[in-house]
Amino acid sequence: MGGYGDVKLLQEDGLRLDGRKLDEMRPVKIEAGVLPAADGSAMVTHGLNVAVAAVYGPMEAHPRKIQRQDRAVIDVRYNMAPFSTSDRIRPGFNRRSREISKVTAEALESVVLVERYPRSKIRVEIEILAAEAGTRCAGITAAAVALADAGIPMRDLIVGVASGKIEDTVVLDLDKAEDNYGQADLPVGILPNTGEIAFLQMDGDLSPDEYNLAMEYNFKAAKEIHEIMVEALQKRYEGGEA
Amino acid sequence: MSQGQTGAEQRLVTPGMAIGPSAGKRTGSGIITEKDTMIATQLGWLQEKNNTMSVHPIHSAYMPRSGDLVVANVAEVRNNLWFMDINGAFQGLLPMSLAPWKVEFGAARQHMDVGNVVLARVQEVDECHNVVLTMKGVGLRRLNQGAVESIPVQHVDRIRGDGNSLLQRLRDACDCRIMVGENGRVWIDGDSEGIAWARKALQMVAEKGHTTEFEAILAEMEQQKKGDA
Repeated sequence: MGGYGDVKLLQEDGLRLDGRKLDEMRPVKIEAGVLPAADGSAMVTHGLNVAVAAVYGPMEAHPRKIQRQDRAVIDVRYNMAPFSTSDRIRPGFNRRSREISKVTAEALESVVLVERYPRSKIRVEIEILAAEAGTRCAGITAAAVALADAGIPMRDLIVGVASGKIEDTVVLDLDKAEDNYGQADLPVGILPNTGEIAFLQMDGDLSPDEYNLAMEYNFKAAKEIHEIMVEALQKRYEGGEA
Repeated sequence: MSQGQTGAEQRLVTPGMAIGPSAGKRTGSGIITEKDTMIATQLGWLQEKNNTMSVHPIHSAYMPRSGDLVVANVAEVRNNLWFMDINGAFQGLLPMSLAPWKVEFGAARQHMDVGNVVLARVQEVDECHNVVLTMKGVGLRRLNQGAVESIPVQHVDRIRGDGNSLLQRLRDACDCRIMVGENGRVWIDGDSEGIAWARKALQMVAEKGHTTEFEAILAEMEQQKKGDA
């Protein structure tokens, strides 16, 4: 990051490389219940990102040392498929996936009513099938829908969304070029009904004004994605009680 | 919104969805109150009974309660107890003192081994989800014959019907003994054709029990079974 090179991310007419406006999100599509073997599952297509999340449990937490006597632990495994990017990714856990798994688990723990299931574990598997910047946000959104689909009690759904800065301009939902050559990235996890923030990371620098504008964009996008999430969950059971 | 078997309009709620003010109403399962507003915590159908709002979840895991009748599998055998798979987050524990036989220390395996299926009752559940089962009681026993069918836990009440009416109807139709465990396992015993019919009927009830065409489908299945017999 830092805006090096001669890549022009903003066109003269104020539109971005892919023709979006500054506060325009990539198209989002969500489907719940895509994996029959899982207790709950969801697939999120956010631009060219494809994230699939599966939820198993609550189950007895193993190994026993991870058990908490007063609450459940959420075990998240975020993984990018080797074919998810143009360069093949070496399969398996790496530092990045470990970090994203950890922040995702912490974000989900703040919405799931973990105190209902002492000594238990709720396993969340997030697999990124196609990546184009913003995979952790797509993963969090998919995990939230999968948790709801599994019947896990939650205070709210959580929406992953990001804004950033390119060419000294704040924009919503960075794509790959903007993420690689932009100046800042601000992914957040938002609880749309309460307006709380469950996780926030920032890569690069934003002034207070830029930060406020980026958060404004994020909240606006979170509302839109939340509607799609609710629609996806309701669509799965439309036509009567399942 | 959608219409169930009763014809009443049902509201499908998702976690975080505001249901309405909490004043004058009691909150049941699947609902929490925040700042005087009731909020759904689970994906399911909103219900109001006796001034209590609750969410009937679309998916849920089995949470054992004291007194539940369960169909359990023996998962592990120790010298003086059995660990039972009760289709929940945690295994249940059946000590030899609560078995229906006089069991010598070290001889637990002679009475029940891994894979055996039993009808047991939940004796006790503590706050840490430790489940103790008992087989001392009327009808509690090892199940030596028949078949076990799994159904979604949230549909157990649907299988039973009002006052066990639907369950009795299924029993009569297939001429089988049917025991429904609270843990979503149903034991069926009878001739092979009856068991096959009962399994099919149970899955149909779980899937379509709420719909308006359910009655017609079940009547047709019953007719078909009578014709075959």
